[in-house]
Amino acid sequence: MSFLKEIRPLGERRNYSELLDLSSGDPHRGGIKPITFVRQVLAACFCPALLEDDSLPLDVKQRAKSLLRECDGGSVGSYTESSGIAKIKHCVSQFITRRDGGVPSSPDNIFIMSGSKTALMIILKLLIRSEDSCRTGVLIPVPTYASITMILEEEGAAIIPYHLCEEQGWTLQLEELHRVLQAARKTCNPVAFYICNPGNPTGHLQSRESIEEVIRFAAEERLFLLADEVYQSCVYGDNAEFYSYKKVLSEMGSNISSTVELASFNSASKGFMGECGFRGGYVELVNLDPAVMKYARTLFSTRSCPPVAGQIALDLMADPPKPGDPSFPTFSEEVQSIKNTIRKNTGRIQEVFAELPGISCQPLKAGFFVFPSLHFPPKAIKWAEKRQMEPDMLYCLHLLEETGLHVKPGCEYGQRKDSHHIRLFVGTQENIMEDALQRLKTFHTRFMKEFS
Amino acid sequence: MTENGCEYRERVLTMDTMNPNVKRVEYAVRGPIVQRAVQIERELKMGIKKPFTEVIKANIGDCHAMGQKPITFFRQVLALCSYPDLLEDSKFPEDAKSRARRILQACGGGSLGAYSTSQGIEMVRQDVARYIERRDGGITCDPDNIYLSTGASDAIVTMLKLLVSGEGASRTGVMISIPQYPLYSAALAELGAVQISYYLDEDNCWSLDINELRRALQEAKKHCRPRALCIINPGNPTGQVQSRQCIEDVIRFAAEEHLFLMADEVYQDNVYADGCKFHSFKKVLFEMGMEYSQKVELASFHSTSKCYMGECGFRGGYMEVVNLDPEVKVQLTKLVSVRLCPPVPGQALLDVVVSPPQPDEPSYDTFMKERTDTLATLAEKASMTQEILNQVPGIKCNPVQGAMYTFPRIQLPPKAIQEAKEKGQAPDMFYCMKLLEEKGICLVPGSGFGQRDGTYHFRMTILPPKEKLKIVLAKIKEFHQHFVEQYS
Repeated sequence: MSFLKEIRPLGERRNYSELLDLSSGDPHRGGIKPITFVRQVLAACFCPALLEDDSLPLDVKQRAKSLLRECDGGSVGSYTESSGIAKIKHCVSQFITRRDGGVPSSPDNIFIMSGSKTALMIILKLLIRSEDSCRTGVLIPVPTYASITMILEEEGAAIIPYHLCEEQGWTLQLEELHRVLQAARKTCNPVAFYICNPGNPTGHLQSRESIEEVIRFAAEERLFLLADEVYQSCVYGDNAEFYSYKKVLSEMGSNISSTVELASFNSASKGFMGECGFRGGYVELVNLDPAVMKYARTLFSTRSCPPVAGQIALDLMADPPKPGDPSFPTFSEEVQSIKNTIRKNTGRIQEVFAELPGISCQPLKAGFFVFPSLHFPPKAIKWAEKRQMEPDMLYCLHLLEETGLHVKPGCEYGQRKDSHHIRLFVGTQENIMEDALQRLKTFHTRFMKEFS
Repeated sequence: MTENGCEYRERVLTMDTMNPNVKRVEYAVRGPIVQRAVQIERELKMGIKKPFTEVIKANIGDCHAMGQKPITFFRQVLALCSYPDLLEDSKFPEDAKSRARRILQACGGGSLGAYSTSQGIEMVRQDVARYIERRDGGITCDPDNIYLSTGASDAIVTMLKLLVSGEGASRTGVMISIPQYPLYSAALAELGAVQISYYLDEDNCWSLDINELRRALQEAKKHCRPRALCIINPGNPTGQVQSRQCIEDVIRFAAEEHLFLMADEVYQDNVYADGCKFHSFKKVLFEMGMEYSQKVELASFHSTSKCYMGECGFRGGYMEVVNLDPEVKVQLTKLVSVRLCPPVPGQALLDVVVSPPQPDEPSYDTFMKERTDTLATLAEKASMTQEILNQVPGIKCNPVQGAMYTFPRIQLPPKAIQEAKEKGQAPDMFYCMKLLEEKGICLVPGSGFGQRDGTYHFRMTILPPKEKLKIVLAKIKEFHQHFVEQYS
């Protein structure tokens, strides 16, 4: 980050002994432990000599053996099919069907990739005609995850931002979608609509009605739907429920359900597994033209194959230990503990923010992040203007320098003019979250007082 | 109408609306012949009778798939990194444990599951830099010039993305050998760049001829802006190992013509022929004096997929950039940040590959034995392949000096060529398809790699176990003789 150049050189006296990094959505970095079953299976797959070991539970060994049987030469070092090992794609398709209450899913429409972003890039390559004089447009929410903007720019797309409505809990507003689309049609050719649900950075969880609205909008306006659902298993709010775009689409009457084109993305990086470093992600393609699918397959094939360790992580995510399995008790305990931690963290965040002036949050329901709004006094705004920096950027810079807490400023995600935010990651150990909140509280109180 | 008879909403993404560049992308290594091979395997499983009981996939450079064993030490370290409880397990040697601990310390939260920085774990890049320095006789390597990647392919495509720009007559042209590994042609098609083909000299062991480079470049200047020169050494599919003189000539050529050099060196440990030696482009560049070493821009690529490791599934790799414009380097760093980070297990593997057991360590003997045996076996198979294929009238095989493949030239009878053309197939594709259907052997036709007009080849890997390889070669001999008779 460029603003780090402004930090005092290391060695000068500081009020803290170590940095606290809540800037990226990385549970393990945040102190959350990997799931034991997952790591045992991976270890046995890497080093099959462990299958002779008494120390590993039976179900670990059975799973490792069954996965190794699917690898050429019985080795995770072999290439696999470009879209992923057939048995694992099958497992993922069954996971999807279970999740969606029986809606069929075919392994032929599933493509495993090195992380969900790579899959998104390939779909965009199909959609974006970078050499046309009239640019291909893609609608993206504001605020949105910074990488999406970079990917679209790299692929030569025209970015069509639509603002989420903060006051209503970061919801999508149909009028805004229509307004933005009409305007965009004058300068580019809009073909796709991207949404992240649950949202990053907002944590917004779309209601079923909202998803139906979006699908109807895509049907009427002829847009290809890109549904980034990597946070689907991080839902913690009371009475909060995740609805997948695929399921809602399937229940909307056949002239929509069999025609609207959809790409849904998921990954092993988020959720309770948090295996970001393994790069296991997939996309499920729905209602695509079969002739286009042929080219999609060729494009995927030029990427060789996804990392086998990442594919294994996906298999374990899609088909975890079940009641009765030897590893189930430990597995279930570990997952529950992570869920409890996130619940407690978001609870504490709301408590602490309630006591602080000038910082407020929409209701917290899902996702890995909170995106509170900062209400800066005019003096703070002027100070930032003088420094030629966004106020929330400057706030984060000083927060880092003075307390060692690293969070991201809202300006990196896009926000309405004159609004300011920070993004905090909630998937950390409870004591780390408490430490972070204390540092934030101290800094924020002093900041607001100084600029009052 | 859709299948259930509903009003048809025209799709957004059709063959007409799709990005036209995608239509030009092909990748023969995993192309139609492989798809047919997979189909035949399914048919065999279902009990359908064929003239063979298994499909031998000699199309892809996948060592483990063909029975090569992973290096024990590497897998031990990876298991320890995945499940650190094993650090208490007495069955693992101390040197593996110490490497695992060191790797985990460099990972966020002590876990392989944390994102690393986009450029790759700093400690690993430092270790890679030291490996390069040792390999190149002490020539300095800056870890900041190392970019870890998802296999070498990822880094190659990233570099090409940076290099390709312009429109029409000023569109970037990239020089690549014919024959070539089709990742290059596919990437260039996808990026809409101009491919500038230079022919390797089949009559001279597939060596590179500077005059041919010059010819290709002059021709290309008329319709594009040549910017880069790609070279694969040791070669794929041809297996040639370039002489030091040749490498110097290429560097001099790149300097004169102001071309960015891309040196794909993933087979650097796979050198078999007497008198052949791997010379890294970096080393030669720096030994040519400052006039070159301070000027010529170079990106060298390596990976954990080939050599004696064969760990394709881990997607471990790196590139070293030399003399890159500092502002471009900033853009490169930004570009790689988009895909977050390369797979961390692949980074961990790369780290152990560049810091293998030392003579005073417990795992050294086993490690050296495994490494030596693997490379020696490949060398034997390389020479056996060349010998047997050259005994077949109508097949001519250059020495397999390195890498993992043979790319023999096949004489096809005119009648066969005719039938192929009627079927709309490249003649060597026609040949390979028949070989697959009749003998169950999957090779890749030379047309997938590029070849001089009117010549035909196939690429076969030398990876099947020796006994099986002998059988494969015997079957190819049988098939070829029968094919020639059938179409005479």
